[in-house]
Amino acid sequence: MTDAVLSLANLNKRFGALQATRDVSLDLRPNEIHALIGPNGAGKSTLIGQIAGGIKPDSGSIALTGRDITALSVAQRARLGLGRSFQVSSLAEPLSVKRNVMIAVQALQGHSFRFWKPVHRDESLLAPALEALERMQLLHRADTPVAELSHGERRQVEVACALALKPRALLLDEPMAGLGPEGTARLTELLEALKHEVPILLIEHDMDAVFRLADRISVLVAGSVIAHGDSAAIRANPQVREAYLGD
Amino acid sequence: MNKSDTSTLAPQPGLPTPAASWHDRKGLVQIGLLAVLLLAPLAAYFLGHIYYVNLASRITLIAMAAVGLNLAIGYGGMVSFGHAAYFGLGGYIAGISAYHAFDFTPVIGWPLTVPGSDSMLAIWLAAIVLCGLLALAIGAISLRTTGVYFIMITLAFAQMMYYFANSWPTYGGEDGLPIFLRNSLPLVDTNDALTFFLICFGGLVLSLALTARIMKSRFGAALTMARLNDTRLATAGIAPYPVRLVAFVISAMITGLAGALYADLNGFVSPTMLSWHMSGELMVIVILGGVGRLYGPLAGALLFVMMEMLLGGLTEYWQLFLGLVLLFVVLFAKHGVMGWLAGRERHD
Repeated sequence: MTDAVLSLANLNKRFGALQATRDVSLDLRPNEIHALIGPNGAGKSTLIGQIAGGIKPDSGSIALTGRDITALSVAQRARLGLGRSFQVSSLAEPLSVKRNVMIAVQALQGHSFRFWKPVHRDESLLAPALEALERMQLLHRADTPVAELSHGERRQVEVACALALKPRALLLDEPMAGLGPEGTARLTELLEALKHEVPILLIEHDMDAVFRLADRISVLVAGSVIAHGDSAAIRANPQVREAYLGD
Repeated sequence: MNKSDTSTLAPQPGLPTPAASWHDRKGLVQIGLLAVLLLAPLAAYFLGHIYYVNLASRITLIAMAAVGLNLAIGYGGMVSFGHAAYFGLGGYIAGISAYHAFDFTPVIGWPLTVPGSDSMLAIWLAAIVLCGLLALAIGAISLRTTGVYFIMITLAFAQMMYYFANSWPTYGGEDGLPIFLRNSLPLVDTNDALTFFLICFGGLVLSLALTARIMKSRFGAALTMARLNDTRLATAGIAPYPVRLVAFVISAMITGLAGALYADLNGFVSPTMLSWHMSGELMVIVILGGVGRLYGPLAGALLFVMMEMLLGGLTEYWQLFLGLVLLFVVLFAKHGVMGWLAGRERHD
């Protein structure tokens, strides 16, 4: 586990009587897509919240490239290289696509308390933002307000924002949700190309995409990881079939 | 991607024609507003109507105070209902400093002696610094809350200041504090109505230019994102809280400087400048003019003071009509006078 980019160790989180996360340990290694699946209410969102920093675990620890980040804020984790996308797209709708990505570049450079130089003439912000958009094949939409984008394009912008942070690890929360078959196929392709650059922890409902993309899969049921393995092993696992795939 | 790629792929200045004509319209409206504000008192002065020159100074200073508030409400999404605290503090700094300069007594005797001063430059500097510090303290606490709680906590702090000024007899308590001689500037006669107006006008133009410049900078980009989607900002790695706090402090500094000039305009400062009516008036002006529009506070202040003067001459219930206008703006013209005159704001 020493080479893991992101590792969770014995995480626990309880909301009143509900044990939302129960002794969860998993890791993300270089060059892989590790998928986290589970039925509704399995505690996926709570787990993501703990990894991203919005929710503090009751016990256990989270490490990013060997450094304990359990006590750090959302912004601090992002600065250390944790990029994420949201289940419900979280962008500034009135702003253009490039402005949404540029704020990530600005964050990466770490100079937000500069009051004088106009950003629209700042090539050091614009060039990396356009590069991230190009990676997501969205360059032609750079000047379009996010509000005018399709659902699928917004998902791509989210990933571009995360990429612009030059992250060590990517946390993608249901990036395929609400996409049509075409959009899903397209994003699947983009993510597959991405994983050698940055490992991805993928939370996803779309089973076809998961089985196609994931190198490893962990199955979360009622807060616990009940199974772990590659696609074939997960498909064959009777417990998983009962808890998830069967219904 | 290499550099030549970037330049061809980024259609930066080449706005399409409709946007360009919209841009012209906005520019024309902005220049028009400033021209009206500058030329009307000039004409009045040479026709001998000093009252109207002072009225223009009043509009200018209220607009400047609202420019400060607009930075918090419009650009930062921080609905402060307590900006009278900074407006009033600025006013009291001008008043107290002049009072001690007149008396030849120190403002503070211990541990170090701070003499009074009738120099506007010293007063402005003190107003900017002290209002900034006050906003740093109030903002640091208030910005831990959001929504209605933020509105209430900023109001509570301003009311504390109001009651404190009310019950402090040294500086006149509820009767207020007169400034017998208008504070001075090197080389010019501040007692001349037109000169004083031009000082105020300079202050307004500077605060507008500063706001515009800040909002185009990296800090402005971060503040805009903090208002539109603070989760996105935090996810990018920029903590929203310090960004908001700094904007809140700059906002208070602008409003405080306007307050110092306002006390000099009236030759008088009283707790009224600190009251929640004042906070509300500034807020109404920001909303009337168009929230988050650079020239909104100027348009709002013009409309507000004109209504006060014209309708106030007809009926003492003029605020009833103000209420109706405000209702109309909130229901039908959400982007305020600037939205109506210059079209909707569009981000690039």
